[in-house]
Amino acid sequence: MALTLFGVVLNRTGWVWLIAGWAALAGVAIAQPADMQMWSVKAQDRPSDAGDAVQLFWSPIAPAAEFICYIVQRAPAAEGPFETIATVVSIDTQYVDAAALTGDVYFYRVAALDSVEAGAADQTTSPADSLSAASPARTVDTIYTAVAGPVNSTAQWFNLRRLNQFLVIIILSAAIIYFISQARSGKQLYVRKIAGLQAMEEAIGRATEMGRPILFLPGIHDMDDVQTIAGLTILARVARTVAEYETTLNVPVSRSLVMTTARETIKEAYAAAGRPDSYNDNMVHYVTDEQFGYVAAVDGIMMRQKPATCLYMGAFFAESLIVAETGAEIGAIQIAGTAQPAQLPFFVAACDYTLIGEELFAASAYLSGEPRQLGSLKGQDVGKVMAMCALGLGAALLTLHSLVPGWPILANMADWVGKVFQVR
Amino acid sequence: MNVSDWLALQVAALLTLGIVSFLYKDNPIYKICESIFLGVSAGYWFTVLFWENMVPKLYENISQAGSRPYTEAGVPSLLYVVALILGIMMLLRLFPKLGWMSRWPLSVVVGATAGLWFITYMQSNALSQLRATLLPILDFQAMDAATGTGLSGWFNKYLGNLVILVGTSTGLCYFYFSKEHKGVFGGLARVGIYFLMVTFGASFGYTVMSRMSLLLGRIDFMISEWWPSLFSGWS
Repeated sequence: MALTLFGVVLNRTGWVWLIAGWAALAGVAIAQPADMQMWSVKAQDRPSDAGDAVQLFWSPIAPAAEFICYIVQRAPAAEGPFETIATVVSIDTQYVDAAALTGDVYFYRVAALDSVEAGAADQTTSPADSLSAASPARTVDTIYTAVAGPVNSTAQWFNLRRLNQFLVIIILSAAIIYFISQARSGKQLYVRKIAGLQAMEEAIGRATEMGRPILFLPGIHDMDDVQTIAGLTILARVARTVAEYETTLNVPVSRSLVMTTARETIKEAYAAAGRPDSYNDNMVHYVTDEQFGYVAAVDGIMMRQKPATCLYMGAFFAESLIVAETGAEIGAIQIAGTAQPAQLPFFVAACDYTLIGEELFAASAYLSGEPRQLGSLKGQDVGKVMAMCALGLGAALLTLHSLVPGWPILANMADWVGKVFQVR
Repeated sequence: MNVSDWLALQVAALLTLGIVSFLYKDNPIYKICESIFLGVSAGYWFTVLFWENMVPKLYENISQAGSRPYTEAGVPSLLYVVALILGIMMLLRLFPKLGWMSRWPLSVVVGATAGLWFITYMQSNALSQLRATLLPILDFQAMDAATGTGLSGWFNKYLGNLVILVGTSTGLCYFYFSKEHKGVFGGLARVGIYFLMVTFGASFGYTVMSRMSLLLGRIDFMISEWWPSLFSGWS
């Protein structure tokens, strides 16, 4: 039997058969349950998950040369009917049922398949295919475990595998809260000048002098994108200046929620500027959710109204170059801001000023002057300092380890730094 | 090609030409095409949102809550009643006296989004990036195994990790807002923006080429499908 196993064709799982064969030849003792009738499987809810998996553990059955494949079966009741959900090679004695639904009760059993039947099942190349081939009806020498269950998959409040992320977030949040409290207490928090922002008032003034409208695009994403929120915060400041200068503001949007929020934002800005009567809902108008339909409409608006200033603040995609090129064509001053890395090159090329990535959020905090936003910005700066320190420390440790590989303590320390940033 | 296919082909071609005519200048044909595009897309998206959100997520989950207490995603079905209430509150904008209530669902959307994205951004934009950037400045053990020949091979061997580390660190300096960009720090930030601009240049070229392929696809449609159809007619 063992020699036969050595001859098994080396397909995707061929190495497993070789190991099993080696184990049998070398007389490696594989733990065997004292009483085959008591061979059991343990089923439990997988800890630290969202309630979408059940874990199964069982002891190995011997001799490996004869029983070299396990079939995992599941049923909604202890008496069945059992359905085969997976085939597991003999060196594995555990399985995660990731298809379990929250709230449903399951019963499990595991069958050990003998070598002949397993070999037949192995003729297929994928586990999914082998399910059908290894049906219980064909396993005449199959030994089943006792049925385990009932077990149901439940969600846990805490994912302990993400403890490192929790600690990083706690430290970052503490820094943010500290700076928010500092800002609220009246302390002036320094934020460096951002070139695009300095030009914004100048651009609005230019539109006023020319008697042309100002076009503001908040991107094409909905309110669930933080870039849209930052864009609307900037819109609040723009609207206030526009209200003071009595210029025309035009805000075409592609999402209904953004339209509602933008209207509220501008309304409040006009009220704060002491000109609530100058506000009207038509300043913000919905166009369409369709990306290129929106672009077609915006291009038409630009060519017909010829705005003197175009502001693009939010999440933009393929439409970025189209609108920015049209803006350049009509000779408008253009200021853009987005955190979409792929679109930044187009804005940099076609606009007068561009807020790159986090500058968009910094601009939002800077313009609003709100303690919460300023504190958040300063807290994130603390995070950047921590990141730079960790990078320097990790790089130094890894380089030293590369130079002196005989010192495992260096590798362990570098590994520890890496684990702090590991995402699971 | 039957009559309906032939007509659809002509409409597609005319709309394509109408939109492209914007390259010349804003004109009545473009305005017609733009209006058709807007009307059709707005109607299309309304239908999509109705049948893919309102019906399966709201109506079906609430109406089947008795027989199916949890959705396939593991969410309690009755939780969608909260979404229904928030949706109704949003529509209260239509009544001026109750319009203030529409701010509540907006607050829920913005607040929940901020909380969710905080974790997601922390994982994808911060921790994963940092983990991938933790590299030895010079990996002496891996040098022998470095692949590639010529300049790229030499670069990977000696400078690859260094460029990643310097680019990331100086980029972080540029996005540090609590200190003015002056002196040594200003120099580091300047190096960071150089890295960004080189990246933007590469990205610009790459994306322009992908846009060219879109244009070529449209030109191919006009030449290989529309133009022959003018002479072949329908059968």
